[in-house]
Amino acid sequence: MSGIVIANLGTGNLRSVSKAVEFVSGHAATVTADPNIIENAEHLILPGQGAIGTWINQLNLDPVLKKAVESRVAHGPVLGICLGLQALFDHSDESGGIYGLGILPGSVRHFANGHREADKGSVEEEHKLKIPHMGWNQVYQVGEHPLWQDIPDGERFYFVHSYFVEAANNVDEVGQCTYGNVFTAAAARKNIFATQFHPEKSQRAGLQLIKNFINWNGV
Amino acid sequence: MGLAKRIIPCLDVDAGRVVKGVQFLDIRDAGDPVEVARRYDRQGADELAFLDITASSDQRDTILHVVEKVASEVFIPLTVGGGIRQLEDIHRLLHAGADKVSVNTTAVNNPAFIKKASDHFGNQCVVVAIDAKRVGSEGSLRWEIYTHGGRNATGLDAIRWANRMVDLGAGELLVTSMDRDGTRDGFDLELMKQITDAVSVPVIASGGVGTLEHMADGVLLGGADAVLAASIFHFGEFTIEQAKRHLATKGIEVRL
Repeated sequence: MSGIVIANLGTGNLRSVSKAVEFVSGHAATVTADPNIIENAEHLILPGQGAIGTWINQLNLDPVLKKAVESRVAHGPVLGICLGLQALFDHSDESGGIYGLGILPGSVRHFANGHREADKGSVEEEHKLKIPHMGWNQVYQVGEHPLWQDIPDGERFYFVHSYFVEAANNVDEVGQCTYGNVFTAAAARKNIFATQFHPEKSQRAGLQLIKNFINWNGV
Repeated sequence: MGLAKRIIPCLDVDAGRVVKGVQFLDIRDAGDPVEVARRYDRQGADELAFLDITASSDQRDTILHVVEKVASEVFIPLTVGGGIRQLEDIHRLLHAGADKVSVNTTAVNNPAFIKKASDHFGNQCVVVAIDAKRVGSEGSLRWEIYTHGGRNATGLDAIRWANRMVDLGAGELLVTSMDRDGTRDGFDLELMKQITDAVSVPVIASGGVGTLEHMADGVLLGGADAVLAASIFHFGEFTIEQAKRHLATKGIEVRL
């Protein structure tokens, strides 16, 4: 087994994630694109920032790596961050429209174009939205999860994104945030927990979440 | 409740030290950047901005070491500017632990660089720094873009420039009034308001903060999404927390 592993899919500030892991656990994380190490990770982190096309294509161009990620994601604790949340879903409108891993049902849409049916009334507010959604916003926890331990409901986390997740199944949504419309700030199913915000950039609350992840066995 | 307005202390770094001048004169030493960053993190800064003003190229790597050190113990977003000319410069800063880079002179000399950087790293990490100075008079007031710390006029109109930078892929604008920078007279609110109304991306107001009221004005009157200040924090006049509490009393949403 290879400890805490951060999958390097060519995007994002991997150093911040690894430094945050090191800060809370006292152990260095392995940052790698090696399929073997990824498949055998005790704790796997899937970070990512930037364009989702880059992230997904990195996997599509390397079938061995893709298979390793898919097989590892099926069991054992996984933490997705930003693109690592979005890529779990069926489809994203970004990068000209692209299919995700399809592990969770739902889609990823642009703030300017997408809002939930129930929020249609708030279209006017949409015009005032600055995009990207950048800064500290409140995350409301939906139900209980070991990763929310010692984190107050409504705590602020750091977000930076222009596309948001619309989970199709309410049961997969464990955190919500509002920016023009309500969107999925965190999703979880079985051994997977994923956030739209950046715990590695969310000071105390973010470090607590990473600590909770490291202490979590995925069940 | 929703997205909070951000307070961003700015550290001008020269050869590994934090410095702060008044309108680019009278540079005072304000300490070790890692120490200063730690202090602001404890006080609840929402982000940190570093501006590398090191003149000599052989000390260019100093800022990378500072960023590396800060990023290993401070877990809030870090923006670094100064001397960014090519994609490789951005890559190195991000690798050191920066989250965003701010680009000024290179954007003016080569606007296509902003598109290249944004396509490559994502617009969330490309901040365009706009240094603007008032030209013309009442009635025909406008602002012109300056580079090299306010020394070189470019002839570019600030509002049009702001729009162009966003079109090319800037994810955020850092707008500094060169007339106000270092004066402690408050932001140029007319400039801020015109730019925040014009663009669809977040805007950081900078240049001239002398009181906590100035910060509130930047948000309430200037329409800024974040306010940046240096000297009022560096010399212990106010803490970040005091600034946030003041903003909160004005009904501004902040992270406390």
